[in-house]
Amino acid sequence: MRELLLGNHAVARGAYEAGVSVAAAYPGTPSTEIIEALALYPEIYTEWAPNEKVALEVAAGAAIGGGRALAAMKHVGLNVAADPLMTLAYTGVNAGLVVVSADDPGLFSSQNEQDNRYYARLAQIPCLEPADSQEARDFTMLAFDLSERFDTPVMLRLTTRVAHSYSLVETGLRQEAGLKDYVKQPPKYVMLPAFGRARHPLVEERRERLKAYAETAPVNRVEWADRRVGVITAGIAYQYVKEALPGVSVLKLGLTYPLPEKLVREFAGGVGTCFVVEELEPFLEEQVRLLGLSVIGKEIIPRVGELSPALVAGTVGRRAALLVPDLAANWTVRDQALSQVAAALDLPARPPVMCPGCPHRGVFYTLKKLNLVVTGDIGCYTLGASPPLSSMDTCICMGASVGMALGMEKARGRDFARRLVAVIGDSTFLHSGMTGLLDWVYNRGSGTLIILDNGTTAMTGHQHHPGTGYTAAGDPTFKVDLEQLVRGLGVSRVRVVDPYDLDEVEATVKEEVDTAEPSVIIARRSCALLKKEEKGAVCKVDEGSCLGCRKCLELGCPALSFVEGQACIDALQCNGCGLCASVCPSQAISEAGVVYE
Amino acid sequence: MNKVTSILLVGVGGQGTILAGRVLSLAAALYGGQVKVSDIHGMAQRGGSVVTQVRFGPRVYAPVIDPGAADYIVAAEILEARRWLSYLRPEGVMIVNTQEIPPLPVLTGAADYPQGLLEEMRGLAGEIKVVPGLELAGAAGSVKALNLVLLGVLSRYLPFAPADWEAAITQAVPPRWLEVNKRAFELGRAASC
Repeated sequence: MRELLLGNHAVARGAYEAGVSVAAAYPGTPSTEIIEALALYPEIYTEWAPNEKVALEVAAGAAIGGGRALAAMKHVGLNVAADPLMTLAYTGVNAGLVVVSADDPGLFSSQNEQDNRYYARLAQIPCLEPADSQEARDFTMLAFDLSERFDTPVMLRLTTRVAHSYSLVETGLRQEAGLKDYVKQPPKYVMLPAFGRARHPLVEERRERLKAYAETAPVNRVEWADRRVGVITAGIAYQYVKEALPGVSVLKLGLTYPLPEKLVREFAGGVGTCFVVEELEPFLEEQVRLLGLSVIGKEIIPRVGELSPALVAGTVGRRAALLVPDLAANWTVRDQALSQVAAALDLPARPPVMCPGCPHRGVFYTLKKLNLVVTGDIGCYTLGASPPLSSMDTCICMGASVGMALGMEKARGRDFARRLVAVIGDSTFLHSGMTGLLDWVYNRGSGTLIILDNGTTAMTGHQHHPGTGYTAAGDPTFKVDLEQLVRGLGVSRVRVVDPYDLDEVEATVKEEVDTAEPSVIIARRSCALLKKEEKGAVCKVDEGSCLGCRKCLELGCPALSFVEGQACIDALQCNGCGLCASVCPSQAISEAGVVYE
Repeated sequence: MNKVTSILLVGVGGQGTILAGRVLSLAAALYGGQVKVSDIHGMAQRGGSVVTQVRFGPRVYAPVIDPGAADYIVAAEILEARRWLSYLRPEGVMIVNTQEIPPLPVLTGAADYPQGLLEEMRGLAGEIKVVPGLELAGAAGSVKALNLVLLGVLSRYLPFAPADWEAAITQAVPPRWLEVNKRAFELGRAASC
């Protein structure tokens, strides 16, 4: 059957067809849809794990236990899961184990744009890089085969433009992989130093076998054309090369680690000038140069941001056009400056914003009002760093808000801690904030942690987590009680507030930062997008009462604007949270009681 | 059709460009040949500037469209139309909804919503088709069906059969909103004459 599939859905389809039995992930753009799609197949056990490390460990247990397994994560998620990965490379697998790393060149929804192919090289495991949805499906299936054939975890590396692009995919039927026998093998699976030492040479030997396989692997292919110019490329960059430089010879690598040395030498030797075109780091280029081959790459292609056909045309295309002027006559070397309309225009930016009725807004409004130092974390609420709320000082990685607040207190003292709070979402707290909080208790911090509990993993599209009471498949399950959890970690001061009640939020925050022991404030309200259906009364500005003080605009609510000297509420967007009515000094805003749609 | 057709759908997060892209790409797949679509998910969706890129033709490589290379831009908002205008080919067509959604810097008074953008674009785009999308969507039964109104307008420029459009809409739109969306599409298609 031929279907239009998202890259991530194609990965799920490939895993399904390959007979995967267990799949686990923590949501993270651009990887989230893989598990969402797998959760729709009743044959597969699918779970949202609390974090990526647990997800990979669950998948590893399944694979060693004999069932094909997959763990999916965004690039920074693999930092969290790197610990099990590095040693799974030693133990190998039993049934196939595929680790999907969805990288984000261009930082569409991430805190950095690290190139995770280096993890494959660091762990000495194979790395497959699909260039479209068909390959995403095919390479996933191949990854399971390679994993079992070479007894290794396999990395399937996606980038945003592959993960989040649709293209047509020829799909097939599921082949049940069945369960492989489970045999106790401590020297293989118990990595005591002595056993680990014995496994390491096997990793080296396996890499040599993989290299030999890479030479003839069908996913590595030469497309001979004009031999004056050749390009070595992989993943989405291949598509840009084909688009921008039709007619040149191409070595398309589907397996980007380990490199097929003979094939690369043969290709580079068979062309006049050889380019290496890849996004982000010179991962292929450095390996090609180590072979003593002369290539052109990152000296003209940016290491920063994502590539595009125009970028390839403007860098490699320009250089190559000098070598093949006849060929290049057909290339559309587009230049932004040649475009009829200049892009550089002083238009107001449209940054992402917290939604109308977002329960995070009131908390950040209060933190700004109290002028506190705020260590922040990863989620929708990171938008609290943007104007006009502008009330976040740091955001590094999942869970970092908690540990960093303790570090600041230890460096600057108790008085500084009185002006300091850590802010984290419910899902992020369960991911990796809990251990930081344990540190506060254990090492006698006096910090205040605000858990913004909107009852979901909102940023990635509302996935369940251990605190929602539902599994990835939507079945009811045990629901962790946040209050009990933080008390269990040793925090005795635990307060629950309604983030729509600004007075309560302010009074509670003031009290807790003044207390010389660790405290947790849980600001609890459903994500505004989840309760859209319940939307009722909206707010309105009473004509003539507005003083035009713009106080309400400090909330940064997209439903609020200022028209002809008066505050104005867009009834279509308003969620009726009432924050604007709370901050209005002249009581000019009230609930209109009008119900829309 | 021998060449690749490139279409940008732009707007503000929440206006339904992802669904519009889905319908358009399904219709293109039914028409035949290859289709590639690139969406942006995650943080950018929260009320930010969003874009869905759709390309179809006999052989499509890149899922993204270069500046100056779009055959059509379908803009659900005026400022976003102007923001993405440099992506249009000189002889390309801009379909723009007459809606202004002030971005946050405008709401907070840090910037002004630029005036006269439609007039300016008339001088810059090959063809500009201005659509009172919200009005038509409202007439169809829900202002949320704006995206389907704009697709209806676009459909007049594309070679897909009406039956393929209908099949694509039926496949992409949840059943409870299907009738409203079909009406919105038809109103857009009629408005395009």
